[in-house]
Amino acid sequence: MALPVLPNGLVIIVKRECETCRMVVPVIEQLNNGSLPVTIYVQDDPAFPESLAPIHDADLSISWHHDIETVPTVLRIENGVEVARTVGWVRDEWHRVTKQSSLGPDLSAFRPGCGSLSVDPDLVDELRVRFGATTLSARRVDIAEAEDEFEAMFDRGWTDGLPVIPPTEQRVMRMLTGTTRQPTDVVAIVPPDLVEITIEKVAINAVMAGCKPEYLPWVIAGLEAACNDTFNIHGVLATTMPVGPVIVCNGPGTRAIGMNSGMNVFGQGNRANLTIGRAIQLIIRNIGGGRPGEVDRATHGNPGKLSFCFAEDEIGSPWTTLAESRGLSPTVDAVTVFPGEGPRCVVDQLARDPESLTNTFAACLRTLHNPKSVLAFDAIVVMGPEHARVYAEAGWDRDRVLEEIHARLQIPGSELIRGAGGIAEGVPERLNGLTLPKFRPGGLLLVHAGGGAGLFSAIIGGWANGDVGSQPVTKEVLP
Amino acid sequence: MTSFANRVVLDPTNERHATTVERVGRPTSLKGLTVGLLDISKARGDVFIDRLEERLSEMGADVKRYKKPTFTKPAPVDLRHEISVNCQVVIEALAD
Repeated sequence: MALPVLPNGLVIIVKRECETCRMVVPVIEQLNNGSLPVTIYVQDDPAFPESLAPIHDADLSISWHHDIETVPTVLRIENGVEVARTVGWVRDEWHRVTKQSSLGPDLSAFRPGCGSLSVDPDLVDELRVRFGATTLSARRVDIAEAEDEFEAMFDRGWTDGLPVIPPTEQRVMRMLTGTTRQPTDVVAIVPPDLVEITIEKVAINAVMAGCKPEYLPWVIAGLEAACNDTFNIHGVLATTMPVGPVIVCNGPGTRAIGMNSGMNVFGQGNRANLTIGRAIQLIIRNIGGGRPGEVDRATHGNPGKLSFCFAEDEIGSPWTTLAESRGLSPTVDAVTVFPGEGPRCVVDQLARDPESLTNTFAACLRTLHNPKSVLAFDAIVVMGPEHARVYAEAGWDRDRVLEEIHARLQIPGSELIRGAGGIAEGVPERLNGLTLPKFRPGGLLLVHAGGGAGLFSAIIGGWANGDVGSQPVTKEVLP
Repeated sequence: MTSFANRVVLDPTNERHATTVERVGRPTSLKGLTVGLLDISKARGDVFIDRLEERLSEMGADVKRYKKPTFTKPAPVDLRHEISVNCQVVIEALAD
């Protein structure tokens, strides 16, 4: 939309609701009798000020396009160009801008103005769409007046089975304020259909998921981490196993956006945790074309495929963070994606020494997917604070904890071969004489999270690991 | 002026229109045709494919074997191309 041209002379923008605007009416009347023509735009009451024939800036286009943030604003226009401006009432400034003197002799020298309607938080999103949204390129879809907009989202196949927020242009524009990146920037190529996704499409799906703009960089980083051959979201989606992208968030930004790392960390109730993970899964569906029953062939799936995203409790942790253990600075924000099933609980309420507690972890981890399965799957141990305290008091650091668990999971081949223990599942007979580790080196990830009460931890089991399946990927979150 | 745009939403999908590719006609006989057998690298898929190779060879087909590096990822584009130029028929073994 072309910038509306202002008439030469003095242009004054006011609103009746503003006390300063009402106070300066006599000053404007003074100016109106001066040598420069005076044009008054009023934002709210078309009749204000009664004495001065104002023009109603009904759609706020004058105010929007001329960046009016405060009323009153006085502009001096020469040859169609703004050459001077002042806001509020500062007598000396009004003298300078209007080239007149002795204005408002009965008034005090200074009174601040009020906020312009064009920057009113209740209006600004709509104005941004009205005057500035021509850059968005997504197809516009009309919802009929008689159509329920939430039902319309279901009818078009755009949801994960829960209602979504309709992605109106103003909501998407607001979402885009959460990133410095351009709407046209390509973020990733999304499987299974291998479609390039732009920031704009990320924002649309983030709106639908219920994200706030400040979550958007986390969604973008999560997508970058998931959509590559290393993490292999294609396989994570397509597998018959019950896994989805588990997103572990690190860094000071987790606290700034209010993520939960404590009580009920995997559960309901935290908007950031639930909507960041949900946005990524909606994108796999809507952009990648990955839908259950189609490329998604999961036998059971798990509820975390709606969203499984949480923050590490770094403040209360005795250890370095997960992201730091994966090579990033603890001062940066980061996401780690892991192909995970639902969490299971590890209960040990009696161990007060690290050896005993580690024996419990090893025994529980041994059963992952099958007690006779080795090397094929990774896992995340999510250590609850009360368990972590046992290790902290004994002086075990992150590496020591993991080493001790690994040491207890070196399993004789005789227990693992097919048929051993009356269980057909197992490794080939030729491995009988060997000792095999339950987890490959680096196959256990350790995260500190959970509520302060409860001698519990959690295990999140993984999926086919390594180059044949999926590797965890850590990415920095950038603004 | 609160809701003029609320009845218009932005399309969250990839906005791609599926292209339809015509299938090759079903052959009346496999005799003399080259049949590709694609092993997706799942456990025991080779058992099934070995048996298919025997049966197809008996029927007079020229059998070529192919294998994906891993069942968890799509077949590499070069492999797909190789099969498409060398074979008239392809059978993919999917199950464990």
